[in-house]
Amino acid sequence: MADAAEKISTTDARLGGLSLPAGGWSETARKDALARVQAMGLPERRDEYWKYTRPDTLTQADAVPAALFDNDEAPIFGEMERLNIVFVDGVFDAEASDDLSLEGVTIDRLAEAATDIHWARDLYGALETKGQDPVARPLAALNTAFATDGVLIHVTGNPSKPINLTYHHRSETSDAILHHVIRLDPGAEVTVLESGPAAARFNKCMEVEVADGATFHHVRAQGRDHERRAATHIFARLGTESVFKSFTLTANGVLTRNECVIELTGDDAVAHVAGACVGDGDFHHDDTVFITHDAVGCESRQVFKKVLRNGATGVFQGKILVKKDAQKTDGYQISQSLLLDDDSQFLAKPELEIYADDVACSHGSTSGAIDEDALFYLRSRGVPEGPATDLLTLAFLAEAVEEIENEDLRDEINDRLAAWLERHRS
Amino acid sequence: MLSIKNLHVKLEEEDKQILKGVDLEIEAGKVHAIMGPNGSGKSTLSYVLSGKEGYEVTDGSALLEGADVLEMEPEERAAAGLFLAFQYPVEIPGVGNMTFLRTAVNAQRKARGEEEMSAAEFLKAVRARAKELKIDADMLKRPVNVGFSGGEKKRNEILQMAMLEPRMCILDETDSGLDVDAMKLVAEGVNALRSEGRGFLVITHYQRLLDHIKPDVVHIMADGKIVKSGGPELALEVENNGYGDILAEVA
Ligand SMILES: Nc1ncnc2c1ncn2[C@@H]1O[C@H](COP(=O)(O)OP(=O)(O)OP(=O)(O)O)[C@@H](O)[C@H]1O
Ligand SMILES: [Mg+2]
Repeated sequence: MADAAEKISTTDARLGGLSLPAGGWSETARKDALARVQAMGLPERRDEYWKYTRPDTLTQADAVPAALFDNDEAPIFGEMERLNIVFVDGVFDAEASDDLSLEGVTIDRLAEAATDIHWARDLYGALETKGQDPVARPLAALNTAFATDGVLIHVTGNPSKPINLTYHHRSETSDAILHHVIRLDPGAEVTVLESGPAAARFNKCMEVEVADGATFHHVRAQGRDHERRAATHIFARLGTESVFKSFTLTANGVLTRNECVIELTGDDAVAHVAGACVGDGDFHHDDTVFITHDAVGCESRQVFKKVLRNGATGVFQGKILVKKDAQKTDGYQISQSLLLDDDSQFLAKPELEIYADDVACSHGSTSGAIDEDALFYLRSRGVPEGPATDLLTLAFLAEAVEEIENEDLRDEINDRLAAWLERHRS
Repeated sequence: MLSIKNLHVKLEEEDKQILKGVDLEIEAGKVHAIMGPNGSGKSTLSYVLSGKEGYEVTDGSALLEGADVLEMEPEERAAAGLFLAFQYPVEIPGVGNMTFLRTAVNAQRKARGEEEMSAAEFLKAVRARAKELKIDADMLKRPVNVGFSGGEKKRNEILQMAMLEPRMCILDETDSGLDVDAMKLVAEGVNALRSEGRGFLVITHYQRLLDHIKPDVVHIMADGKIVKSGGPELALEVENNGYGDILAEVA
């Protein structure tokens, strides 16, 4: 019982420092979420779902301060046409953001959304609540209860440019909680970009409802601040013939836990989640994915690649759950790490749970080093060891990066990866 | 061009001596062939010259135009003009053949302080040479050697050689796995590169290749040493009688 008592005191200590935003259309959802997180308690290392990732710095009362990281790189996604929405240490920055009006989409700030009946009312916290079963995700419930800012994006058409969320980190002690809600109407299509380190500690939740025939693209680049800590959740529900594609690049970061929970509820829906991460030294990256097939003829792909060096740690927990009536499911999952030295480690827990009989599911997980024969072959043709290693490393990451449909975005991610590798050569 | 003296090589991991005093002098403009029984050390010689790890030079030297190649990194040897067509070309998933070739050509140019080749220039050059070797556009786009047939891999080696224009070319059993027509193509590729300033070392088991690529000198390697050298007639003798007589004669 000592464990339970400890869990309660951790939870109380964290929640005690937060205050529930009062009033407004989200009040009920927030109160419910608070009750959920109190009932669940915040995660601890003893929890099975946190076996490979220490949650303490994510759950303790105060954020561990994180030094700001200076770099002179041009901001990612900066070259393309986009609608910019900027947050500084988790607070919407109207000055730095563009005008939020854009054809085919309405965007409101969570903190300002009108108190009359808002479309997000039925969605805020709803997908998160659904995603608590069968595995508890207390940090997401905490987010729903206490989020101080975020955007509500209602996509009614096909906006002409991506919506680009940029998260700046300016204060060494910032502790940000953001919650975004995105709804795509039937047949709508949008691309959402995210980048930046955000805060010393960042808890972010994104709920995405993709209606029948709608298409959602998501490309995210998690900033290079070494000391940042982040726990993020994506909850998505997919309608008939809808498409959801999410890619995340993570470079550096002492602790990142990205959870992605997807429910395929309409027939012939498609969900692809991919990630490429590169870590050097004090780096811990955790991809935790849970995809539920609950309709006929759906396809899901999970492609996660990690490059680890100098004692970096990569974690992958990925599950495909195929419900009884989800016949003709096509599920694919691969998680691989490239360990550039003996000190780094990759911990993987791939899981399949299948109740339908007519399905095709495959999963694989590997850890390996650079192929010495390939390296020698390249060098024997005159390519020096550093660039040759980079070339092989990018080739290793390619399957994940290729999940990005848009060529410009794909090139941009590849350029960032190449630049990172060049900076981090041995 | 390439001057090898008393080269002794053992495996790094094991106490196994593989090359036991190789002497070889390849002049610019000449084609030398090496034949010899399986396991006699021919590939090892080619690997040691190109800088593969796992071997330890215990004695002797190898100079490329006076420079000690054994002291150089593999990429430095390549930039200095050494090229090895592998007996077993390596597959590299995820790296496009074109990207690979262009990276290699420009890396060598950069190392030599020359200007890099522009994308357009490069494309033109590759296309012309690929056509001569009957390598189609699809093969150029695919990842390096992945899914290539044995013969396609060998032709791809010659394409790389043609693009890199090395001064000292070592071909390790480039004829094995080739059909008669492909062998001709490869031989033509090699012959096209023959010039005053370029040396060749052709490792082969068969006289047939040497019908197309006329060697100036033929060497027989056995148990880590060159045991006999002669003219093209030596290859014919091997073809007809095997190694028995030669080995008995030198024993
Ligand atoms: N890395 C290695 N580990 C163990 N043995 C090796 C290694 N490299 C070479 N050898 C051994 O050294 C000897 C010479 O091998 P090598 O490949 O040079 O022969 P070769 O003359 O090229 O033969 P082939 O005609 O069959 O290609 C063989 O006995 C081989 O097994
Ligand atoms: Mg050999």
